[in-house]
This record gives sequence, C-alpha cells and structure tokens, in this order.
Amino acid sequence: MTYLSLLRANLRRKRLRTVFTIGSIFLAFLLFGVLSAVKFAFSLGVDLTGADRLITIHKVSLIQPLPRSYLTRIEQVNGVEAAAASSWFGGIYQDPKNFFAQIAVDPEDYLDLYPEFLVSKEVREAWRKDRQGAVAGRSLAERFGWKVGDKIPLQGTFRTKKDGTNLWEFNLVGIYDGAAKGTDTTQLLFRWDYMDESQDGGNGLVGWYTIRVADPTRSADISRQIDTRFANSPYETKTMAEKAFAQSFADQIGNIGAIVRAITTAVFLIILLVVGNTIAQSVRERTNEIGVLKTLGFSNGKVLGLVLGESCLIGLIGGLSGLFASTIVAKGMEKAFAAFLPIFFVPRDALTLGVGLALGLGLVAGFIPALVAMRLRIVEALRRV
Amino acid sequence: MDSWFAQVFAVTLLNLKSLPRRLSVSLVVVVGIAGVVAIAVAVLSIGEGFQKTMTAGRTDDTVVIFRAGTDTEMNSSLDRTEARILADAREVRRDPEVGQLASSELLVMIDLPKRSTGSGANVPLRGVEPAAFAIRRNLRIVEGRRFVPGTRELIVGRGAQGAFANTEVGSTVRLGLNDWKIVGAFTADGSVSESELWCDSKVLMPTYRRGTFQSVYARLGSAEDIPRFTERLSKDPRLSIKVMPEGEYYAEQSQSLTTLVRILGGVVAVIMGLAAIFMAINSLYTAVSTRTREIATLRALGFQRGPVVISVLAEALALALLGGALGGLLAYLGFNGYQTSTLNFQSFSQVAFSFAVTPGLLVLGIVYAVGIGFLGAILPAWRAARLPIATALREQ
Repeated sequence: MTYLSLLRANLRRKRLRTVFTIGSIFLAFLLFGVLSAVKFAFSLGVDLTGADRLITIHKVSLIQPLPRSYLTRIEQVNGVEAAAASSWFGGIYQDPKNFFAQIAVDPEDYLDLYPEFLVSKEVREAWRKDRQGAVAGRSLAERFGWKVGDKIPLQGTFRTKKDGTNLWEFNLVGIYDGAAKGTDTTQLLFRWDYMDESQDGGNGLVGWYTIRVADPTRSADISRQIDTRFANSPYETKTMAEKAFAQSFADQIGNIGAIVRAITTAVFLIILLVVGNTIAQSVRERTNEIGVLKTLGFSNGKVLGLVLGESCLIGLIGGLSGLFASTIVAKGMEKAFAAFLPIFFVPRDALTLGVGLALGLGLVAGFIPALVAMRLRIVEALRRV
Repeated sequence: MDSWFAQVFAVTLLNLKSLPRRLSVSLVVVVGIAGVVAIAVAVLSIGEGFQKTMTAGRTDDTVVIFRAGTDTEMNSSLDRTEARILADAREVRRDPEVGQLASSELLVMIDLPKRSTGSGANVPLRGVEPAAFAIRRNLRIVEGRRFVPGTRELIVGRGAQGAFANTEVGSTVRLGLNDWKIVGAFTADGSVSESELWCDSKVLMPTYRRGTFQSVYARLGSAEDIPRFTERLSKDPRLSIKVMPEGEYYAEQSQSLTTLVRILGGVVAVIMGLAAIFMAINSLYTAVSTRTREIATLRALGFQRGPVVISVLAEALALALLGGALGGLLAYLGFNGYQTSTLNFQSFSQVAFSFAVTPGLLVLGIVYAVGIGFLGAILPAWRAARLPIATALREQ
C-alpha cells in the first residue's frame, strides 16, 4: 500500500512531465502497432496459408496460362487428394482504382479446397443454378455496398467477349465470410465455365491449379511428380507449397519486413533515450527525498524497486494504451488501403511482443537511474540541495 | 524599442552560450529530432526514388498506343494490321536510316531470381523493333552490343542487372524450351526501361505463342502533333485504341505505389513528429526549470517577458536546426542511392530503383524539425515568462 501510494505520488509530482513522457511512449507503440499491421499485410498472409496445399503455375511465369485438361492428369498423381483450377480475370469495376481480385473458379472444387471461405448451402445451390452467378467476400461487398441480387458489371481488360464487347455482368448470388480473422474476404469469385464459353480467345486455358495433398510431408515429392508429368510439353509447370508461393510473391514486393524493423528499432532507441533521461532527471530532483526514505529505513532494494516500478509503470501505461490505439487506427486504415492490401490488422503476435517491449522499455530506461538511487549514501543525499 | 531588441539579443546569447552546461538535456533534443527526421526523410525517399525512376528520361513527343479499355500494356493487344496503320500515320516522324519511328512491342514477364533473396521475381522482357532505339533516345549500350534482329539474343538494363541474378553479359536465360543469350547491357537515364530486358519482338512472339503485339511506341514530329494524332486515329473505324503521351502513361503507372508510400511516410512522420514534440516539451521544461533562478534574476534586473520567451524559443530552434541537419545528413549518407526493386502492382512487373534523398526532402526535413522545435518550445517559453519573480528567486 505504502509502496503504491509512493509510486503514485512520484508520478504526480510533475504531472505535465509524466503526461508528456507517457504520451511519447504511447505514440511510439501506436506506430509500432500500425507498422506491424503494414508488415503483416505485405507478407500477404504467408502465415495463413494451408500447409497441405500446393500451387501449380506455368514454369515461365504466373501470368502464362495452363491448359484446363491438366486438371484430371493432376488428380491422377499419387498423393493428390483434390485439385481446382482458377483464373485471374483482371477486370475493372467502374474505375481502375477500385482494384480487387476477381477469380474464375469451378465453385465446388474451389470451395472444397478453401474451407476457410464459408458459403451456405443455399448460396452454393443458387450458384449452381446461375451460370452468371458470383460470390463476393464480406469486406469486398461492404466496400462497394453490394447486396445479394445486385448485378456487378466488370470491364474486361484482356478478356473480351465473343460478341466483341468487353462488358461482363455477374449476378451476386451470395456473400462468403472468413473462417478466421486473417481470411481474405476481398475476392470476387465467379464461374469459369461461364467465362470460358463467353470469351473470345484463350479458351480452355486456366491461370493456376491449387492442389490438396493427403500428407504434407510428401509435398516436395508430389510437386516433383506433377512437374515431371508435364516436362517437355508446350506448357511446362512449376509446383510449390502454397506457403512458398505466397512467400515468393511477398518477396517480389521487397523486404518490407526489414524496413519496418529498421524504423521500429530506431524509434525505440530514441524513446529509450528520452524516457531514460526523464527518469534520471526526476531521480536527480529527488535526491534529497531518497535520502529521507533511506533514513526512514527503506532498504537499497526497496529504493531500486521504487524507481524501476515507476519507469515500468510509465512504460506499461504508454505501451498498452498505444497498442490499443493502434488496433483502432488499423481499423480505419483498412478501408484506405483496401485497394492495395486485402488484409490489414495488427497481428496478435505483434501485440504480445508489444507488451513485452513496453515492460522491457521501462526496465532498461529505469535501470541506471534506479542504480544511482540505490547507491546514494544518506549523508550525501541529505546534504545535497 | 532599441533596448527591447538589445534585451532579446543579450538574453538569447546568454542562453545559447549556456547550452553546453545543459549538455545532456540539449543532446536528448538534438538526437531525438535527428532520429525522427532521419526516419521520416528515409521513408519518403523510397517514394521519391520510385517516382523518379518512373518519370525519368521521358520525352514529350513520344506516345504509347494500346487497346481501348485497357489501362496497362500487359492487358492490351494490337494486331499486325493495327500496328501497321499506326506506324504509317503521317504524324509519325521519319528517320532516313530506320524509317518510320514506330515500334510494335510485346511485354512479357520472365522469372529471374532476385539477388537479395534468391527467390523468383517477375522481370519484364520487352520485344521491340529496330526503331525502338531511335525512339528511346536516352538508351545507351554500355557493355557488349545490341541484339541482332531475328536471333535469340537479349540486352539487359543496368537496373535489372543490379537487382536480378544471372543477368551478366554472356550468360544465358532459358525461356520455354530455348536458351537466350545476353549480349549487352544498357542505361537509360535511370528510367524504368533500365529494369527491363529487351529483345526482337518478332522472335519473342512465337516463343510466347502470341499472334498480336501489345503496344506501339511512336515518336511524332513534335509535342504539338500529339492531339492531332490522337484525334484522327481514335476516329479511325479500323482501330480501337487509346493514345497516351509516354510521360503521362508512366506517371499513371507509378501512381498507386507512390500514393501508398506517401500515406505510409505521412503516417510515420505525423506520429513520430508528435512524439518528438512531447519529448522537446519535456526537455525544454527541464531546461527552463534548471534556469529558474537565472531567469528570475534577469527579470528582477528589468528584462522584459518578450526577450525571455524569445530566448527559450531561440534555444529550441537552434537545437531543432542542428537535429534536422544531422537527421537529413544521416538519411542522405545511409539511404541515398540504396538500390532495390519492387513489384509494381499496376503493371505486375519488377521495377528496379534507388532511394532518392532529394534536396526537396532535405529542406522538408529541416522545416519539419523547426516545426517540432517551435511547437515543443511554446509551453516551456510561456512558463519561463510567467515565473513569479519573488518565489522563483527563493527557489533552491
């Protein structure tokens, strides 16, 4: 009790100073949270990929198509449980700025491979009946205010229709939700059979295959088998784990992780300097008082604990409130970034790390001043004015 | 009034001269501001460098033509007849040696390993016609030679060479079922062309089973010809095309990434700037409180409030200027010219560029630092001016 009220009294001694110190810690952690969200978003969900899924693409590059006839040949490979073909549509909705993923799929195959896309039985049924039907992710539908039953017009860029126009229309038959927080709900899915029969050129081709294997430990072996099957054909393939695929995609963007780490490190060093200096200053001002405390019988350990407790309290108040605020700011930025980054939130790992950092910041910043306070000799401390 | 200025001068000088006595507090302000400025400038230099690359070396008399309704070369297609009509247009400049200055081009992506991570990346490979060299006048072969038309030979931009492995002159790249040889390297005033590999479009088309081109680059007589050319050919019933001045096209291509980096840089700068202001307020409060008696003595001697306020502000600004300059220098030394490459979402291809700490950014850094210093100094200066003389003199 005495200890806590002492802590409180010390923090209140110079209220403005305490407020501004906590304020700068708050801001540092706010930045930390937001940057962690950015880093996570740019990793494009590498951590969210299915361990049992493989991706097969054209050997030369992702944008080269593969024949649709490969589907059955892939399914025959020993160890392959299921496979689905998908194609990138790349259309424009109203304005090129309104970018989102539009993927032509075989609904049953695709939803079987991606159980994290939650679609109700009724929607599946409606989709089966409507060749022009499409299903949109929850956040995509919210972004443009779509409702089930709406017609969604897309302007094809490289896909033109047989009638010579490039205006495609889809009927929104349902909305899918994500099974987990990080599930990408910004995709528009529609039927490949409808796209293929309507488009002029490029028929019978798909963009890539997603494959589920029974035993993920055999992934490398199965990938090799698939690629060997199509070697020396006009369409050679490259198969890899979905995680490796997402990683290579993230690597293309560049090392966002390193940039974020560099910024956060610099920010924490600066904050450490500032907080350390403030606490040292407040200990200097209290020299006299610490002398009195020691005279009253406070042990060296208690004095050390008092100063460290104060700096940790400052660190935790600033850190926790900053992390909390960052989750709110990230929510706001999610909308602004919707066109570039499908997922944007502060990951749980970053929050845990943040709490640890807040405590660590308090300990490190308070360490030297606490040591100084502990070593103060009563006679000298009392003599100093 | 004269004496007022004399007072300002005297107090400010006294204050600045005593700065070294408050070394630790002053250092915290300088180092803090320097760090904040360095980070902000470094982050913004990414966007600056990217944009510089995307807009460098553009001429005002060149247009890019692709299919109406598309927004990038990647998605476009133009057949041979259309390409012919465009190349033969009378606005297109004629060169006695190469003929019409129009090049029908094909842009495909090939997979090359990044030097930094070893993982594959979408590197743009552009098939061009001989006229392309007369259209991009800034293109210079700096090693080896040009590719020979009709052969499987490539030339590679210096930017791509820096970013992707296996791109040295003399090495071979496997595309589909064939090996292609790299026979030369080029520069192009640091423009985005340097991120590309070039080859003969007529050899590239069968390799990628394409029957059509994607775009036509044409150099017109002068910039004034662009509207006429656009107007006339857009109405041509045989064509369904979109004409864009080259500069405009590349500026648009870089828009989304530049915006993204600017938003991020802005968020970082604002949050850190606020933190730095809090830090400055704390430090200057400490500075003022250690000078309590000194200030009270001055006031007792007849110095007015104004000069005292100004002296605190001057101290803050001096420290901020120092911090800003230091931070800018740090960012310049650490990041200017730092080479990297990224995926441009709009074209889905790699762009090699370097961070650019421009003079404009350095000035911005100084302004930012001074702003932080000024805002941080207002409260402490106010406190200094309102110190009650009698009690302040008595303070220990």
